[in-house]
Amino acid sequence: MNIFVLMKRTFDTEEKIIIENGRIDEEGAEFIVNPYDEYALEEAIVLKEAHGGEITVVTVGEEEAEKELRTALAMGADKAVLLNMEDMDEAIDHYTIGEVLTAYFKDQEADIILGGNVAVDDGAGQVASRLAEGLQMNQVTTITKLDIEGTKVTIERDVEGDVEIVETSLPLLVTCQQGLNDPRYPSLPGIMKAKKKPLETIDFDDLDLDEEEIAAKTTTTDRFLPPEKGAGKILEGSTESQAQQLVELLKSEAKVI
Amino acid sequence: MNFELTEEQKMVAALARDFATEVIAPRAEEVDVQAAFPVETFLEMGKLGLMGIPFPEDYGGSGGDTISYTLAVEEIGKACGSTGLSYAAAVSLGAAPIYYYGTEQQKQDYLIPLAKGETLGAFGLTEPNAGSDAGGTRTTAVLENGEYRINGEKCWITNAQYARTIIVTAVTGKDERGRNIISAIIVPPDADGFTISSPYNKMGVRGSNTCELILDDVRVPAGNLLGDPAKGFKQFLHTLDGGRISIAALAVGIARGAFEKALQYSHERRQFGTEISSFQAIQFKLADMAMEIELAQNMVRKAAWLKDHNKPFTKEAAYAKLFASEMASRTCNQSLQIHGGYGYMREYGIERMLRDTKLMEIGEGTSEIQRLVIARQLGC
Ligand SMILES: Cc1cc2nc3c(=O)[nH]c(=O)nc-3n(C[C@H](O)[C@H](O)[C@H](O)COP(=O)(O)OP(=O)(O)OC[C@H]3O[C@@H](n4cnc5c(N)ncnc54)[C@H](O)[C@@H]3O)c2cc1C
Ligand SMILES: Cc1cc2nc3c(=O)[nH]c(=O)nc-3n(C[C@H](O)[C@H](O)[C@H](O)COP(=O)(O)OP(=O)(O)OC[C@H]3O[C@@H](n4cnc5c(N)ncnc54)[C@H](O)[C@@H]3O)c2cc1C
Repeated sequence: MNIFVLMKRTFDTEEKIIIENGRIDEEGAEFIVNPYDEYALEEAIVLKEAHGGEITVVTVGEEEAEKELRTALAMGADKAVLLNMEDMDEAIDHYTIGEVLTAYFKDQEADIILGGNVAVDDGAGQVASRLAEGLQMNQVTTITKLDIEGTKVTIERDVEGDVEIVETSLPLLVTCQQGLNDPRYPSLPGIMKAKKKPLETIDFDDLDLDEEEIAAKTTTTDRFLPPEKGAGKILEGSTESQAQQLVELLKSEAKVI
Repeated sequence: MNFELTEEQKMVAALARDFATEVIAPRAEEVDVQAAFPVETFLEMGKLGLMGIPFPEDYGGSGGDTISYTLAVEEIGKACGSTGLSYAAAVSLGAAPIYYYGTEQQKQDYLIPLAKGETLGAFGLTEPNAGSDAGGTRTTAVLENGEYRINGEKCWITNAQYARTIIVTAVTGKDERGRNIISAIIVPPDADGFTISSPYNKMGVRGSNTCELILDDVRVPAGNLLGDPAKGFKQFLHTLDGGRISIAALAVGIARGAFEKALQYSHERRQFGTEISSFQAIQFKLADMAMEIELAQNMVRKAAWLKDHNKPFTKEAAYAKLFASEMASRTCNQSLQIHGGYGYMREYGIERMLRDTKLMEIGEGTSEIQRLVIARQLGC
């Protein structure tokens, strides 16, 4: 099975993030493999263990992303591809990334492409779907269970807390949701082997793409941290009176009902 | 000069840190209070390849370097001193001598299961009457009909009840100057006449398995001799040099744990209307702790780097072990002090770190012996 995983290098949202003049201070941030992409990678490894084949992990980014690609290789991917955007002069958004991936995948014969449900940094959840559209490939998002028999695929997906069961067929793109699996740690021998596995860098302009055509369709005007959480309020009195007070506050103070 | 760790080293540290935070740390209190050896943890560590970091893949290892190994010891020790000690002893004392001195057959038979973490290794040198003075070993091994007959007693041997392979040192003869020849011999724990028990109630590293070994006419094939029969003493001195780097790393790990808690607590605790971190008395303690940890860590890395580059490292390993172990005792003590009465209570975990780290000044050569080693290296 020819398995591909889409991976994004993101800053760790559980670590401290500093924003200055609308830009994230990258010096101070910790970078990680997007946690949802870890589910995708784990599922890819499970598929490979069951069906054989090869796992290629693909990212669109710059040279620093090699570190996260190596982590993916250490976890069990066989090959890594960096679609390098360093020479891009125009702004980049999800549309751009979708176009670059589509151009790359046009020349690949993927049986399945797995991505994360969203990236924890911007939470857009767009890139994988744009790729599937670009390739005119079946796609199922937010999956929590995946079974493949031959080319028949049975999937459980998370729909706002409910489960939907979908039957489809390969080739296929899926995005992975929490609950699908428990990503493994990279093993020590895996880490040592990772540096010997192939990591290919392809400049985006080698993909026959026109910079202006793939330039961002959106502009980011500002970035800011969510407001600090204020002190909480503890209601007192009998349960009944607390419920009364709560309803009042939701009406008058929070103005949500 | 480059102080940057390699990508692989960073990944090893990250892996060990994740595993230590998620699996080892939550068990640390129970391991200490119940003096319960965490067998499960070691099986999981074996699966991840942590037990075989510094050994080649051909022998079941991970093919990493000494620096990667010290990073793992640090992270594991930071979460739990007991687990850290058993880990360091298994790799540096149990498995490493077989890697360095074993025959190909011995490596196949004994090193591979150790490096894969299927079993733990133990190294029995200390005796009731031969601690610092290892030359005073009284255990004897007499060669008879192609077998060694071993008699003697060993004390405080780490991991022996969980080991399939125990290396013991014994007197096998005298040299031309009439001095004891001390050799290392591999003894399987199920050999007739071999009794292993754990009769101790320890101050710290309580979950690390510490054993008494009694060898009463234990017979093993002559082929179980490890390395050069006449150079057993030199061999274990070299083994201990390597082990010292890992004990130093363990001390750094414990100290980091105690420091991080102290720093955090100093921001949370308010007295006299302000965070205690705003008092200069507290700030100076924290500054000293942070500085000493960094210095010790640098010395550990240098000693490990020398070892990885096949350069002499005896003196540097002794510097690292001596400074790191004494530093860690100071740091844990100051962390407890910053925590005030809360630090004296079990739930804060600081008193455990102080009890655990005290061993680092004793095991694998006391502080006094480290000073002796250094002085000898200086030509005294
Ligand atoms: C938890 C634990 C685990 C251990 N694990 C192992 C193990 O796996 N394998 C193993 O072989 N051993 C192990 N040991 C034993 C340990 O290595 C010894 O305790 C240590 O070497 C010191 O020996 P001793 O306790 O007999 O002290 P002694 O040698 O009796 O020392 C007592 C005091 O005298 C000092 N002293 C001794 N000689 C000199 C000198 N020449 N100059 C100045 N001062 C001196 C010492 O520094 C010390 O302060 C372990 C011990 C403990 C507590
Ligand atoms: C076993 C035990 C028995 C006890 N028995 C009694 C008892 O019988 N009766 C009783 O009343 N209490 C008792 N105590 C409480 C004990 O007196 C307090 O623990 C002690 O006064 C310290 O207070 P604290 O623990 O709140 O630490 P904190 O006051 O919070 O101090 C934390 C740290 O901050 C430092 N610090 C605080 N203020 C300053 C400052 N202005 N400048 C510089 N550093 C500062 C402290 O020195 C310490 O290092 C007992 C405690 C224990 C552990």
